[in-house]
Amino acid sequence: MNCQQARELMDAYLDQELDLMTSSQVGRHVAECEGCGEVYAKYRRVRDGVSEQMPYFAAPPKLEEKIRAELDLRKEERRAAKTVANWGRWAAIAACVAGVLLFTFVSVRALRRPSGSELLAQEVVSSHIRSLLANHLSDVVSSDQHTVKPWFSGKLDFAPVVKDLSADGFPLIGGRLDYLNDRPVAALIYKHRQHTINLFTWPSAGGDSGPQSYSVRGYHVLQWTRAQMTYWAVSDMSAADLNNFARDFMR
Amino acid sequence: MVDVRKERWNKQAGTQVGREERELFEKVILPHLNSAYNLARWLTRNEQDAEDIVQDSFVRALRSFDTFRPTEDGRAWLLAIVRNCCRTWHQRSRVAQAVELDVDSQPALAAWSDPEALLRNAGDSEQLHAAIGELPLEYREVLILRELEELSYKEIAQIVEVPLGTVMSRLSRARRELYARLSASGGQVGR
Ligand SMILES: [Zn+2]
Repeated sequence: MNCQQARELMDAYLDQELDLMTSSQVGRHVAECEGCGEVYAKYRRVRDGVSEQMPYFAAPPKLEEKIRAELDLRKEERRAAKTVANWGRWAAIAACVAGVLLFTFVSVRALRRPSGSELLAQEVVSSHIRSLLANHLSDVVSSDQHTVKPWFSGKLDFAPVVKDLSADGFPLIGGRLDYLNDRPVAALIYKHRQHTINLFTWPSAGGDSGPQSYSVRGYHVLQWTRAQMTYWAVSDMSAADLNNFARDFMR
Repeated sequence: MVDVRKERWNKQAGTQVGREERELFEKVILPHLNSAYNLARWLTRNEQDAEDIVQDSFVRALRSFDTFRPTEDGRAWLLAIVRNCCRTWHQRSRVAQAVELDVDSQPALAAWSDPEALLRNAGDSEQLHAAIGELPLEYREVLILRELEELSYKEIAQIVEVPLGTVMSRLSRARRELYARLSASGGQVGR
Protein backbone atom coordinates (compact mmCIF):
# COMPACT_ATOMS: atom_id res chain seq x y z
CA MET A 1 0.00 0.00 0.00
CA ASN A 2 1.36 3.42 -0.93
CA CYS A 3 0.90 6.79 0.80
CA GLN A 4 -1.86 7.99 -1.51
CA GLN A 5 -3.95 4.87 -0.94
CA ALA A 6 -3.32 5.00 2.79
CA ARG A 7 -4.49 8.62 2.95
CA GLU A 8 -7.59 7.97 0.90
CA LEU A 9 -8.56 5.23 3.33
CA MET A 10 -7.49 7.16 6.43
CA ASP A 11 -10.94 8.36 7.51
CA ALA A 12 -12.52 4.95 7.02
CA TYR A 13 -9.62 3.47 8.98
CA LEU A 14 -10.16 6.00 11.76
CA ASP A 15 -13.87 5.16 11.84
CA GLN A 16 -13.10 1.41 11.87
CA GLU A 17 -15.10 0.93 8.70
CA LEU A 18 -12.54 -1.08 6.70
CA ASP A 19 -12.54 -4.83 6.35
CA LEU A 20 -10.00 -6.65 8.44
CA MET A 21 -7.44 -7.13 5.70
CA THR A 22 -7.48 -3.56 4.39
CA SER A 23 -7.51 -2.20 7.91
CA SER A 24 -4.37 -4.14 8.83
CA GLN A 25 -2.71 -2.94 5.61
CA VAL A 26 -3.42 0.69 6.48
CA GLY A 27 -2.38 0.05 10.08
CA ARG A 28 0.93 -1.37 8.96
CA HIS A 29 1.56 1.52 6.59
CA VAL A 30 0.73 4.10 9.26
CA ALA A 31 3.08 2.37 11.70
CA GLU A 32 5.93 2.23 9.21
CA CYS A 33 5.54 5.51 7.31
CA GLU A 34 6.40 8.59 9.35
CA GLY A 35 4.48 11.04 7.15
CA CYS A 36 1.25 9.05 7.17
CA GLY A 37 1.71 8.30 10.87
CA GLU A 38 1.69 12.03 11.60
CA VAL A 39 -1.31 12.66 9.40
CA TYR A 40 -3.19 9.85 11.12
CA ALA A 41 -2.43 11.24 14.59
CA LYS A 42 -3.62 14.70 13.50
CA TYR A 43 -6.80 13.44 11.86
CA ARG A 44 -7.58 11.51 14.97
CA ARG A 45 -7.00 14.37 17.41
CA VAL A 46 -9.02 16.77 15.33
CA ARG A 47 -11.90 14.39 14.70
CA ASP A 48 -12.19 13.60 18.40
CA GLY A 49 -11.99 17.29 19.29
CA VAL A 50 -14.63 18.29 16.79
CA SER A 51 -17.07 15.50 17.54
CA GLU A 52 -16.80 16.28 21.26
CA GLN A 53 -17.41 19.98 20.81
CA MET A 54 -19.98 19.88 18.08
CA PRO A 55 -23.30 21.14 19.51
CA TYR A 56 -26.15 18.63 19.74
CA PHE A 57 -29.64 20.11 19.55
CA ALA A 58 -32.09 18.34 21.84
CA ALA A 59 -35.77 18.63 20.95
CA PRO A 60 -37.67 21.36 22.84
CA PRO A 61 -39.68 19.80 25.72
CA LYS A 62 -43.05 20.70 24.24
CA LEU A 63 -42.34 19.05 20.91
CA GLU A 64 -42.98 15.54 22.20
CA GLU A 65 -46.40 16.57 23.52
CA LYS A 66 -47.28 18.15 20.21
CA ILE A 67 -46.25 15.05 18.33
CA ARG A 68 -48.24 12.75 20.60
CA ALA A 69 -51.30 14.94 20.14
CA GLU A 70 -50.77 14.91 16.40
CA LEU A 71 -50.48 11.11 16.37
CA ASP A 72 -53.68 10.74 18.44
CA LEU A 73 -55.48 12.87 15.92
CA ARG A 74 -54.32 10.68 13.05
CA LYS A 75 -55.40 7.58 14.91
CA GLU A 76 -58.95 8.95 15.25
CA GLU A 77 -59.05 9.60 11.53
CA ARG A 78 -57.84 6.10 10.81
CA ARG A 79 -60.42 4.55 13.12
CA ALA A 80 -63.21 6.46 11.40
CA ALA A 81 -61.99 5.27 8.03
CA LYS A 82 -61.83 1.73 9.34
CA THR A 83 -65.46 1.66 10.52
CA VAL A 84 -66.63 2.57 7.07
CA ALA A 85 -64.46 -0.13 5.61
CA ASN A 86 -65.64 -2.77 8.07
CA TRP A 87 -68.02 -4.47 5.65
CA GLY A 88 -64.97 -5.53 3.69
CA ARG A 89 -63.54 -7.26 6.71
CA TRP A 90 -64.38 -10.82 5.66
CA ALA A 91 -63.03 -10.21 2.21
CA ALA A 92 -59.93 -8.85 3.88
CA ILE A 93 -59.56 -11.98 5.97
CA ALA A 94 -59.85 -14.16 2.91
CA ALA A 95 -57.27 -12.02 1.15
CA CYS A 96 -55.12 -12.28 4.24
CA VAL A 97 -55.13 -16.07 4.22
CA ALA A 98 -53.97 -15.99 0.63
CA GLY A 99 -51.48 -13.33 1.63
CA VAL A 100 -50.03 -15.44 4.42
CA LEU A 101 -49.64 -18.37 2.07
CA LEU A 102 -47.92 -16.18 -0.48
CA PHE A 103 -45.87 -14.52 2.24
CA THR A 104 -44.64 -17.91 3.49
CA PHE A 105 -43.80 -18.96 -0.02
CA VAL A 106 -41.90 -15.74 -0.69
CA SER A 107 -40.03 -16.00 2.64
CA VAL A 108 -38.96 -19.54 1.94
CA ARG A 109 -37.71 -18.43 -1.43
CA ALA A 110 -35.94 -15.44 0.08
CA LEU A 111 -34.23 -17.56 2.71
CA ARG A 112 -32.74 -19.83 0.12
CA ARG A 113 -29.08 -19.34 -0.75
CA PRO A 114 -28.33 -16.43 -3.12
CA SER A 115 -28.77 -17.27 -6.78
CA GLY A 116 -25.88 -17.90 -9.14
CA SER A 117 -26.03 -14.43 -10.60
CA GLU A 118 -26.15 -12.82 -7.14
CA LEU A 119 -23.03 -14.73 -6.18
CA LEU A 120 -21.41 -13.65 -9.42
CA ALA A 121 -22.36 -10.03 -8.70
CA GLN A 122 -20.56 -10.35 -5.36
CA GLU A 123 -17.54 -11.81 -7.12
CA VAL A 124 -17.60 -8.90 -9.58
CA VAL A 125 -17.63 -6.34 -6.76
CA SER A 126 -14.77 -8.10 -4.94
CA SER A 127 -12.76 -8.07 -8.14
CA HIS A 128 -13.49 -4.36 -8.61
CA ILE A 129 -12.38 -3.50 -5.07
CA ARG A 130 -9.27 -5.66 -5.38
CA SER A 131 -8.28 -3.94 -8.61
CA LEU A 132 -8.50 -0.54 -6.90
CA LEU A 133 -6.72 -1.52 -3.70
CA ALA A 134 -3.93 -3.55 -5.16
CA ASN A 135 -3.00 -0.66 -7.44
CA HIS A 136 -3.29 -3.12 -10.28
CA LEU A 137 -5.98 -1.54 -12.35
CA SER A 138 -4.52 -2.00 -15.82
CA ASP A 139 -2.12 -4.39 -17.51
CA VAL A 140 -2.24 -2.26 -20.62
CA VAL A 141 -2.69 1.47 -20.15
CA SER A 142 -4.15 3.11 -23.20
CA SER A 143 -7.09 5.24 -24.16
CA ASP A 144 -6.92 3.82 -27.67
CA GLN A 145 -9.29 0.95 -28.35
CA HIS A 146 -7.02 -0.15 -31.21
CA THR A 147 -4.21 -0.74 -28.71
CA VAL A 148 -6.31 -2.34 -25.99
CA LYS A 149 -8.18 -4.83 -28.17
CA PRO A 150 -5.12 -6.49 -29.81
CA TRP A 151 -3.42 -6.66 -26.43
CA PHE A 152 -5.94 -9.30 -25.36
CA SER A 153 -5.38 -11.53 -28.36
CA GLY A 154 -3.19 -14.48 -27.49
CA LYS A 155 -4.05 -14.01 -23.82
CA LEU A 156 -7.73 -14.97 -24.14
CA ASP A 157 -9.58 -17.45 -26.31
CA PHE A 158 -12.01 -14.73 -27.42
CA ALA A 159 -11.82 -11.16 -28.69
CA PRO A 160 -13.60 -8.72 -26.39
CA VAL A 161 -15.57 -5.79 -27.77
CA VAL A 162 -13.60 -2.67 -26.89
CA LYS A 163 -15.17 0.75 -27.31
CA ASP A 164 -13.91 4.19 -26.47
CA LEU A 165 -16.68 6.26 -24.89
CA SER A 166 -14.74 9.50 -24.28
CA ALA A 167 -17.32 11.46 -26.21
CA ASP A 168 -19.97 10.23 -23.76
CA GLY A 169 -17.90 11.16 -20.73
CA PHE A 170 -16.52 7.67 -20.09
CA PRO A 171 -12.92 7.66 -21.36
CA LEU A 172 -11.24 4.27 -21.76
CA ILE A 173 -8.24 3.94 -19.44
CA GLY A 174 -6.92 0.48 -20.24
CA GLY A 175 -7.43 -3.26 -19.96
CA ARG A 176 -6.55 -6.08 -17.63
CA LEU A 177 -6.80 -9.84 -17.48
CA ASP A 178 -8.96 -11.07 -14.63
CA TYR A 179 -10.50 -14.29 -13.45
CA LEU A 180 -14.25 -14.59 -12.83
CA ASN A 181 -16.90 -17.28 -12.98
CA ASP A 182 -14.12 -19.91 -13.13
CA ARG A 183 -12.59 -18.55 -16.31
CA PRO A 184 -10.17 -15.88 -17.55
CA VAL A 185 -12.05 -12.75 -18.57
CA ALA A 186 -11.28 -9.35 -20.06
CA ALA A 187 -11.57 -6.33 -17.76
CA LEU A 188 -11.91 -2.95 -19.45
CA ILE A 189 -11.33 0.10 -17.29
CA TYR A 190 -13.23 3.32 -17.84
CA LYS A 191 -13.32 6.56 -15.90
CA HIS A 192 -16.17 8.93 -15.19
CA ARG A 193 -14.93 12.04 -13.41
CA GLN A 194 -13.09 10.59 -10.41
CA HIS A 195 -14.98 7.28 -10.52
CA THR A 196 -13.56 4.08 -11.93
CA ILE A 197 -15.67 1.60 -13.84
CA ASN A 198 -14.61 -2.01 -14.32
CA LEU A 199 -16.35 -3.69 -17.26
CA PHE A 200 -15.85 -7.46 -17.23
CA THR A 201 -16.70 -9.41 -20.36
CA TRP A 202 -16.59 -12.96 -21.67
CA PRO A 203 -18.51 -15.09 -24.20
CA SER A 204 -21.90 -16.47 -23.28
CA ALA A 205 -24.15 -18.98 -24.96
CA GLY A 206 -27.45 -17.25 -24.15
CA GLY A 207 -29.38 -14.71 -26.16
CA ASP A 208 -29.56 -10.96 -25.51
CA SER A 209 -30.75 -10.02 -22.05
CA GLY A 210 -30.62 -7.28 -19.44
CA PRO A 211 -29.49 -4.93 -18.23
CA GLN A 212 -30.15 -6.41 -14.84
CA SER A 213 -29.07 -4.37 -11.83
CA TYR A 214 -27.61 -5.48 -8.52
CA SER A 215 -26.42 -3.62 -5.48
CA VAL A 216 -23.63 -5.21 -3.48
CA ARG A 217 -21.92 -3.59 -0.48
CA GLY A 218 -22.89 -0.16 -1.74
CA TYR A 219 -21.64 -0.70 -5.28
CA HIS A 220 -23.95 -0.67 -8.25
CA VAL A 221 -23.59 -3.53 -10.69
CA LEU A 222 -25.21 -3.96 -14.11
CA GLN A 223 -25.25 -7.13 -16.16
CA TRP A 224 -26.30 -7.54 -19.77
CA THR A 225 -25.74 -9.89 -22.69
CA ARG A 226 -25.37 -8.74 -26.29
CA ALA A 227 -24.22 -10.68 -29.35
CA GLN A 228 -23.22 -13.72 -27.32
CA MET A 229 -21.02 -11.73 -24.97
CA THR A 230 -21.88 -11.18 -21.34
CA TYR A 231 -20.98 -7.90 -19.60
CA TRP A 232 -20.72 -6.96 -15.94
CA ALA A 233 -20.18 -3.29 -15.16
CA VAL A 234 -19.37 -2.17 -11.63
CA SER A 235 -18.57 1.20 -10.09
CA ASP A 236 -19.14 3.37 -7.04
CA MET A 237 -20.83 6.04 -9.16
CA SER A 238 -24.60 6.54 -9.04
CA ALA A 239 -26.99 3.97 -10.50
CA ALA A 240 -28.12 6.59 -13.03
CA ASP A 241 -24.57 7.19 -14.28
CA LEU A 242 -23.93 3.47 -14.54
CA ASN A 243 -27.14 3.10 -16.53
CA ASN A 244 -25.95 5.79 -18.92
CA PHE A 245 -22.64 4.03 -19.27
CA ALA A 246 -24.34 0.72 -20.14
CA ARG A 247 -26.67 2.48 -22.58
CA ASP A 248 -23.75 4.22 -24.31
CA PHE A 249 -21.76 1.01 -24.46
CA MET A 250 -24.64 -0.96 -26.00
CA ARG A 251 -25.36 1.71 -28.57
CA MET B 1 -41.79 -14.93 11.57
CA VAL B 2 -44.86 -16.21 13.34
CA ASP B 3 -45.17 -12.83 15.04
CA VAL B 4 -45.00 -11.02 11.78
CA ARG B 5 -47.73 -13.20 10.38
CA LYS B 6 -49.90 -12.68 13.39
CA GLU B 7 -49.35 -8.97 13.14
CA ARG B 8 -50.40 -8.99 9.52
CA TRP B 9 -53.43 -11.01 10.36
CA ASN B 10 -54.46 -8.51 13.02
CA LYS B 11 -53.83 -5.62 10.72
CA GLN B 12 -56.00 -7.10 8.03
CA ALA B 13 -58.74 -8.16 10.43
CA GLY B 14 -58.85 -4.68 11.91
CA THR B 15 -58.92 -5.72 15.57
CA GLN B 16 -56.95 -3.74 18.14
CA VAL B 17 -54.26 -3.03 15.57
CA GLY B 18 -54.35 0.65 16.27
CA ARG B 19 -53.24 0.12 19.82
CA GLU B 20 -50.57 -2.49 19.17
CA GLU B 21 -49.15 -0.58 16.27
CA ARG B 22 -49.12 2.60 18.29
CA GLU B 23 -47.40 0.86 21.20
CA LEU B 24 -44.68 -0.49 18.95
CA PHE B 25 -44.28 2.91 17.36
CA GLU B 26 -43.86 4.55 20.75
CA LYS B 27 -41.33 1.94 21.75
CA VAL B 28 -39.07 1.92 18.67
CA ILE B 29 -39.58 5.27 16.89
CA LEU B 30 -40.64 7.96 19.35
CA PRO B 31 -37.51 7.62 21.56
CA HIS B 32 -35.46 8.98 18.65
CA LEU B 33 -37.12 12.37 18.78
CA ASN B 34 -33.89 14.10 19.80
CA SER B 35 -31.97 12.57 16.89
CA ALA B 36 -34.72 13.65 14.52
CA TYR B 37 -34.74 17.19 15.84
CA ASN B 38 -30.94 17.46 15.88
CA LEU B 39 -30.71 16.43 12.22
CA ALA B 40 -33.55 18.73 11.14
CA ARG B 41 -32.10 21.61 13.16
CA TRP B 42 -28.67 21.21 11.54
CA LEU B 43 -30.05 20.83 8.05
CA THR B 44 -32.49 23.75 8.21
CA ARG B 45 -30.49 25.93 10.63
CA ASN B 46 -33.76 27.20 11.99
CA GLU B 47 -35.66 26.21 15.15
CA GLN B 48 -39.20 26.71 13.92
CA ASP B 49 -38.64 24.92 10.60
CA ALA B 50 -36.91 22.07 12.42
CA GLU B 51 -39.95 21.65 14.69
CA ASP B 52 -42.36 21.65 11.76
CA ILE B 53 -40.27 19.15 9.85
CA VAL B 54 -40.00 16.82 12.83
CA GLN B 55 -43.76 16.89 13.38
CA ASP B 56 -44.37 16.21 9.73
CA SER B 57 -41.77 13.41 9.77
CA PHE B 58 -43.48 11.64 12.67
CA VAL B 59 -46.85 11.79 10.95
CA ARG B 60 -45.29 10.33 7.82
CA ALA B 61 -43.44 7.74 9.88
CA LEU B 62 -46.67 6.53 11.48
CA ARG B 63 -48.42 6.46 8.13
CA SER B 64 -45.73 4.28 6.58
CA PHE B 65 -45.02 2.30 9.72
CA ASP B 66 -46.10 -0.93 8.01
CA THR B 67 -42.94 -0.73 5.88
CA PHE B 68 -40.85 -0.85 9.03
CA ARG B 69 -39.38 -4.27 9.69
CA PRO B 70 -38.85 -5.19 13.37
CA THR B 71 -35.25 -6.19 12.59
CA GLU B 72 -34.44 -2.67 11.39
CA ASP B 73 -32.92 0.09 13.44
CA GLY B 74 -35.70 2.54 14.32
CA ARG B 75 -33.40 5.52 14.47
CA ALA B 76 -31.92 5.04 10.99
CA TRP B 77 -35.41 4.40 9.59
CA LEU B 78 -36.75 7.60 11.14
CA LEU B 79 -33.73 9.69 10.13
CA ALA B 80 -34.18 8.69 6.49
CA ILE B 81 -37.69 10.16 6.65
CA VAL B 82 -36.49 13.32 8.41
CA ARG B 83 -33.77 13.75 5.84
CA ASN B 84 -36.26 13.46 2.98
CA CYS B 85 -38.56 16.00 4.62
CA CYS B 86 -35.60 18.38 4.92
CA ARG B 87 -34.84 17.90 1.25
CA THR B 88 -38.39 18.78 0.31
CA TRP B 89 -38.23 21.81 2.59
CA HIS B 90 -35.03 22.97 0.90
CA GLN B 91 -36.51 22.57 -2.54
CA ARG B 92 -39.58 24.50 -1.52
CA SER B 93 -37.77 27.32 0.21
CA ARG B 94 -34.99 27.43 -2.34
CA VAL B 95 -32.42 27.87 0.35
CA ALA B 96 -30.45 25.22 -1.37
CA GLN B 97 -28.71 27.26 -4.03
CA ALA B 98 -25.31 26.58 -2.50
CA VAL B 99 -26.16 22.90 -2.56
CA GLU B 100 -26.46 22.77 -6.30
CA LEU B 101 -22.74 22.37 -6.77
CA ASP B 102 -21.61 18.81 -7.26
CA VAL B 103 -19.56 18.23 -4.15
CA ASP B 104 -18.38 14.79 -5.12
CA SER B 105 -16.46 16.04 -8.12
CA GLN B 106 -14.60 18.72 -6.22
CA PRO B 107 -11.00 17.94 -5.35
CA ALA B 108 -10.49 17.20 -1.67
CA LEU B 109 -8.52 19.89 0.11
CA ALA B 110 -4.98 18.69 0.36
CA ALA B 111 -3.77 21.53 2.57
CA TRP B 112 -3.44 20.60 6.18
CA SER B 113 -3.55 23.08 9.04
CA ASP B 114 -2.24 23.10 12.55
CA PRO B 115 -4.61 20.84 14.48
CA GLU B 116 -3.77 22.24 17.91
CA ALA B 117 -4.74 25.73 16.80
CA LEU B 118 -7.81 24.20 15.26
CA LEU B 119 -8.84 22.57 18.51
CA ARG B 120 -8.38 25.85 20.33
CA ASN B 121 -10.70 27.37 17.76
CA ALA B 122 -13.09 24.47 18.03
CA GLY B 123 -13.25 25.24 21.74
CA ASP B 124 -15.22 28.22 20.65
CA SER B 125 -18.25 26.15 19.86
CA GLU B 126 -20.09 29.06 18.27
CA GLN B 127 -17.40 29.26 15.65
CA LEU B 128 -17.54 25.51 15.11
CA HIS B 129 -21.31 25.71 14.87
CA ALA B 130 -21.12 28.44 12.23
CA ALA B 131 -18.44 26.61 10.25
CA ILE B 132 -20.54 23.42 10.08
CA GLY B 133 -23.64 25.43 9.22
CA GLU B 134 -21.88 26.90 6.21
CA LEU B 135 -20.87 23.54 4.77
CA PRO B 136 -22.78 22.35 1.70
CA LEU B 137 -25.79 20.26 2.65
CA GLU B 138 -24.24 17.06 1.28
CA TYR B 139 -21.28 17.48 3.61
CA ARG B 140 -23.32 18.61 6.58
CA GLU B 141 -25.65 15.62 6.59
CA VAL B 142 -22.93 12.95 6.53
CA LEU B 143 -20.99 14.83 9.20
CA ILE B 144 -24.00 15.06 11.55
CA LEU B 145 -24.94 11.42 11.00
CA ARG B 146 -21.40 10.26 11.69
CA GLU B 147 -20.01 12.58 14.37
CA LEU B 148 -23.20 13.15 16.35
CA GLU B 149 -25.34 10.09 15.66
CA GLU B 150 -22.33 7.78 15.27
CA LEU B 151 -24.08 5.77 12.58
CA SER B 152 -22.14 3.28 10.46
CA TYR B 153 -21.20 4.10 6.87
CA LYS B 154 -23.73 1.51 5.76
CA GLU B 155 -26.57 3.14 7.69
CA ILE B 156 -25.53 6.56 6.38
CA ALA B 157 -25.46 5.17 2.83
CA GLN B 158 -29.05 3.99 3.25
CA ILE B 159 -30.26 7.27 4.71
CA VAL B 160 -28.52 9.49 2.17
CA GLU B 161 -29.20 7.03 -0.69
CA VAL B 162 -25.69 6.90 -2.13
CA PRO B 163 -23.19 4.03 -2.46
CA LEU B 164 -20.89 3.20 0.46
CA GLY B 165 -17.84 4.50 -1.41
CA THR B 166 -19.49 7.89 -1.82
CA VAL B 167 -20.20 8.08 1.93
CA MET B 168 -16.53 7.39 2.58
CA SER B 169 -15.22 10.04 0.20
CA ARG B 170 -17.89 12.59 1.10
CA LEU B 171 -17.16 12.25 4.79
CA SER B 172 -13.44 12.71 4.36
CA ARG B 173 -14.00 15.74 2.08
CA ALA B 174 -16.44 17.14 4.62
CA ARG B 175 -13.89 16.81 7.39
CA ARG B 176 -11.07 18.39 5.38
CA GLU B 177 -13.37 21.21 4.31
CA LEU B 178 -14.55 21.85 7.87
CA TYR B 179 -11.01 21.85 9.25
CA ALA B 180 -9.89 24.22 6.52
CA ARG B 181 -12.72 26.63 7.30
CA LEU B 182 -12.03 26.47 11.01
CA SER B 183 -8.37 27.21 10.68
CA ALA B 184 -9.08 29.98 8.18
CA SER B 185 -11.56 31.63 10.55
CA GLY B 186 -9.07 31.25 13.38
CA GLY B 187 -6.67 33.51 11.51
CA GLN B 188 -4.22 30.73 10.72
CA VAL B 189 -2.36 32.16 7.77
CA GLY B 190 0.09 30.25 5.67
CA ARG B 191 -1.20 26.81 6.48
ZN1 LIG C 1 2.85 6.92 3.77
